[in-house]
Amino acid sequence: MKEPGYIDQHGNHLTIVGDWTLPYYAALRLELDRRPRHETTATTIDLTKLRALDTAGAALLMELVGARWLAEIDERAPELPATRRALLRTLGEAMADNPPPTVRPGRPLWDILARIGQLVEGIWQQQRQLLGFIGQVLAALVATGWRPGRWRLTSMVAQLHQTGLNALPIVALLTFLVGAVVAFLGATVLRDFGTTIYTVNLVAFAFLREFGVLLAAILLAGRTASAFTAQLGAMKVNEELDAVRTLGLDPIELLVLPRVLAMMLTLPILTFVGMLSGILGGALVCLLALDISSIQFLAILQRDIPLNHFLVGLAKAPLFAFLIAVIGCLEGFKVSGSAQSVGEHTTSSVVQSIFVVILLDAVAALFFMEMGW
Amino acid sequence: MNASREPLIRVRGLVNRFGQHRVHENLDLDLYPGEILGVVGGSGTGKSVLLRSIVGLLRPRAGRIEVFGADFQQLPDRARSQVERRFGVLFQRGALFTSLTLQENVALPLIEHAKLTRTDAEALARVKLALAGLTGEAATQYPAELSGGMIKRAALARALALDPEVLFLDEPTAGLDPIGAAAFDRLILTLRDALGLSVFLVTHDLDTLYAVCDRVAVLSRQRVLVADRLDIVAATDDEWIHDYFHGPRGRAAHRAAHSEESP
Repeated sequence: MKEPGYIDQHGNHLTIVGDWTLPYYAALRLELDRRPRHETTATTIDLTKLRALDTAGAALLMELVGARWLAEIDERAPELPATRRALLRTLGEAMADNPPPTVRPGRPLWDILARIGQLVEGIWQQQRQLLGFIGQVLAALVATGWRPGRWRLTSMVAQLHQTGLNALPIVALLTFLVGAVVAFLGATVLRDFGTTIYTVNLVAFAFLREFGVLLAAILLAGRTASAFTAQLGAMKVNEELDAVRTLGLDPIELLVLPRVLAMMLTLPILTFVGMLSGILGGALVCLLALDISSIQFLAILQRDIPLNHFLVGLAKAPLFAFLIAVIGCLEGFKVSGSAQSVGEHTTSSVVQSIFVVILLDAVAALFFMEMGW
Repeated sequence: MNASREPLIRVRGLVNRFGQHRVHENLDLDLYPGEILGVVGGSGTGKSVLLRSIVGLLRPRAGRIEVFGADFQQLPDRARSQVERRFGVLFQRGALFTSLTLQENVALPLIEHAKLTRTDAEALARVKLALAGLTGEAATQYPAELSGGMIKRAALARALALDPEVLFLDEPTAGLDPIGAAAFDRLILTLRDALGLSVFLVTHDLDTLYAVCDRVAVLSRQRVLVADRLDIVAATDDEWIHDYFHGPRGRAAHRAAHSEESP
């Protein structure tokens, strides 16, 4: 039978009645809040009518009578059962010297300024760390490069499988669709000039020089950089990276190099697939919408598009791959022990690698144009 | 002592297999109201798997698990959630929410289930943390900033948050210093005596077994070999049990327990 708890007061005499348990917490809380504070010290307290009591109720009682009173419950209320006194005494002793933690008052303007400062400093630190990490990876590459015994071939092949082979279908599909879209765009714009035949050149130029590598790189940044960060981040949280270090192994050599090298092999291949598939998409639109036959399409490709466009596109792939992999791994190393931190750094690694890829691609486009390549 | 009473949790014919690996075959176990049941067994005998099966985190291959008189696996989701609220679970590695402070960790079930306001819940959470032995500034820290022992204490505070009727503890004293472990044992006893808790305690700590357990269940060869009072279990004729209770550590814990009782 349940009986809500309450406080019965007659003058200076308090009687605690009923169930003081979690379900009645809110009601009891209200009753306590209505009472003036620090008045109870002089009164006598009768706990014999108290029925059920749990830790929530005990916490409320403690607020009413004070932790010290509970700590001395054996002298104050010896008539209570020993088990109940034990609970109240334990609670009283635990809370007797436990002041509530101090809360620093907020200063809005100051906090905003501090936050901006932290962010700016954070961006600067991030770039410094990235440069430092690139240096470390290159040094490890040089150190192991001439010692084939230390190459992690198994690990690298596994990474090639995950980052390369498994990404092939999605890269092919995506570039195929974008190729078709570019061809449609070209056909629409060039129709006004009566030169729809140049759609072929547009698709070929776009995919050989830019879109093949850019789309593949962005896909890998979303697909693989995040995977690297999450993998290494989980290892960091689980202290696996520390274990690697204390075993006298180098995490960069063991974990980062296979990933970086696998990416540098993967991205050029994916880029090549992307170029082919994009041009195929364009060719299909040309065939269906512009009545340019496949043979004619190929003939125009052969006649108008020199090899150097293909090379310009492909040359960017290893550099993008290196940066994506390095950023993914570095963000993984930066994870600290919380689930939230894994999320933050995974986001950061994808954003950073896509940003770097597009920025570098823009710079490269300018450079190649000025050079006339 | 509890033979006349209805068990709170009744496990019958439990079967758990992972692929070809058989963990439990036809395992039977009872947990009676108000008792502290110690579950021991060698590494890999499925102590944690048993705990996870009972609290419903793992669906057993076969068998029946009755909790508070109802078949736990057949319950609809709502009723199941009601039952789960009467459980408090302390996981082996704490399993605190890493993106919340300790007091938020403990306050979360209070806000979600007991519908307390945030201020009330956090005040109550600080009391529970203090009860588990964490005072002062620790309440506002994040799990990543704490030692393993402190995480254990905070996890106990969260397990106690809703004042559960059954407490499942998975190796609670592992990683605690001896003083902390002894205080932990005392706290479990105090809580059991005052609140009438039933405790399902998976442990390797012989001192804990001698100090707090009413009954001990030994897991071996895919089932519960014996479940009874400690002295009866220790006298069971089985090689593993003999090595466990009469090895150097077992003897030391036995002596310690008896020297505490006699003066």
